[in-house]
Amino acid sequence: MRHKNFFQSALFLFVILAAWELTIRGLGISPYVLPAPSAVAVRFVDLISTGLIWPHLSATLTSVLVGLFSGVVAGLICGSVIALIPAVERLVYPYIVAIQTVPKVAVAPLFVLWFGYGLASKIVITALLCFFPILVNVIAGFKSVDKDQFDMMTAFGANRLQILRRLRVPAALVMIFAGLEIATVLAVIGAVVGEFVGAQAGLGYLITSMNFNMDVAGMFAVLLFLAIIGLSLHTIVRLARKRFIFWNRSETAAIAS
Amino acid sequence: MVSQSAFIEISKLDKIFRTKSREEVRALSNVSLDIQRGEFISVVGPSGCGKTTLMRILAGLEFSSNGEINIAGRPIGGPRSDVGVVFQQPTLLAWYTILQNVMLPAMLNDGVNGAVRDRAMQLLRLVGLEDFESKYPFELSGGMQQRVAICRALLRNPDVLLMDEPFGALDAMTRETMNIELMKWCADEDKTVVFITHSIPEAVLLGDRVIVMSPRPGRVSSLVDVDIPRPRALSVMGSPKFGELCNEIRAQFGSETLHL
Repeated sequence: MRHKNFFQSALFLFVILAAWELTIRGLGISPYVLPAPSAVAVRFVDLISTGLIWPHLSATLTSVLVGLFSGVVAGLICGSVIALIPAVERLVYPYIVAIQTVPKVAVAPLFVLWFGYGLASKIVITALLCFFPILVNVIAGFKSVDKDQFDMMTAFGANRLQILRRLRVPAALVMIFAGLEIATVLAVIGAVVGEFVGAQAGLGYLITSMNFNMDVAGMFAVLLFLAIIGLSLHTIVRLARKRFIFWNRSETAAIAS
Repeated sequence: MVSQSAFIEISKLDKIFRTKSREEVRALSNVSLDIQRGEFISVVGPSGCGKTTLMRILAGLEFSSNGEINIAGRPIGGPRSDVGVVFQQPTLLAWYTILQNVMLPAMLNDGVNGAVRDRAMQLLRLVGLEDFESKYPFELSGGMQQRVAICRALLRNPDVLLMDEPFGALDAMTRETMNIELMKWCADEDKTVVFITHSIPEAVLLGDRVIVMSPRPGRVSSLVDVDIPRPRALSVMGSPKFGELCNEIRAQFGSETLHL
């Protein structure tokens, strides 16, 4: 069944690409407007064989991975503190809700100003973007604990630490993984936006410079690299999710972002 | 202290809750009740009659506002190892296996050892789930999950078993099977049981005595002795005696509603 689905999806992609290629050739559309898939493929192989892609790919990957990691760690720590200490929650929760409504990519120029054109500003932007979905989902996760299960643990003599370790943390994992899935998507966005604003390397930087040179096929090829990064990260998170919260069978977890 | 008194003594118990708008709600008013060792007590009453509050006080999850309540001669100061609780929902932990769920009370207190594991397996055999020890809760039906919850409550061999509408979420067929089996398990394990339900036939089928409670404020409105010999099969539900007892209890509800 799975194989059949995979085959059908692959066939679908092939049909779309073939139609695209034939339309471009048939109507003689300028490669400066929309390049044919074959042209994109040629540029994609070009970027690898000339080695042009590597410094950019590694710059973006570094921003994505370091930013994602630090944003997630900070989100986990802050979220836990807020969720587990009611006084802190009362103090800061209204502001978290307020900050949630601000489009955080808008501060990218400010961060480039503060942290320069190097990797640092991209890492900070990425971390900031990843921080919020984790923060909000950690708080929601700790709150999602079933009152009946809490009573059950108490009735069987659990202390607060045992309730935290054996009930609240595992129960929160479902929401935390949902936050992690959102964070991986935002991480790539954060790094690329940072590179758009001002950078010396990175896939976002490469797209802007190709744009300047009207290398549309090249831009599509770089998009393909970005898609590969995003998909790989997402797959890793999904596999980890399956492994760590095997009891939760819902494919799409509740998303609070 | 050796005394001739009842195993569970409840005298002049009041429970008053304060709502957020500082209004006082009387959940229980002047509840007095003596339960003998080994007795199976059913508690029936409409919602809001305080039966769940009474169970939560017995379980050590709430404290009474006035009055005294002793189990085995000792006041209830919080959750106790000689009291096992089964809730409306199975409340199993999804990330633990069935065996781990049964052993949870030991895990939270003295730790798990060979004897605990043997006891857990013995209980799973009692309820017919010995082949499911390494499965996870989501792989079991609702009725099976509630059996696991009963095993968990029995793990530390408590003298008292508290059950708060444990079969309320099950379908009628499963519920009847569980009723018959519960009577068998309790006879085997020699427990004092407080069983809360809103089903009159279930209360009569299971109980040695039925406590009828009424709402606003929650209080005991009558005690009905069920003098049907044990062991009881589902067929007793068709007997005239059974019908009489059910009607007697139902009449209690009726007269209460008229007062409202």
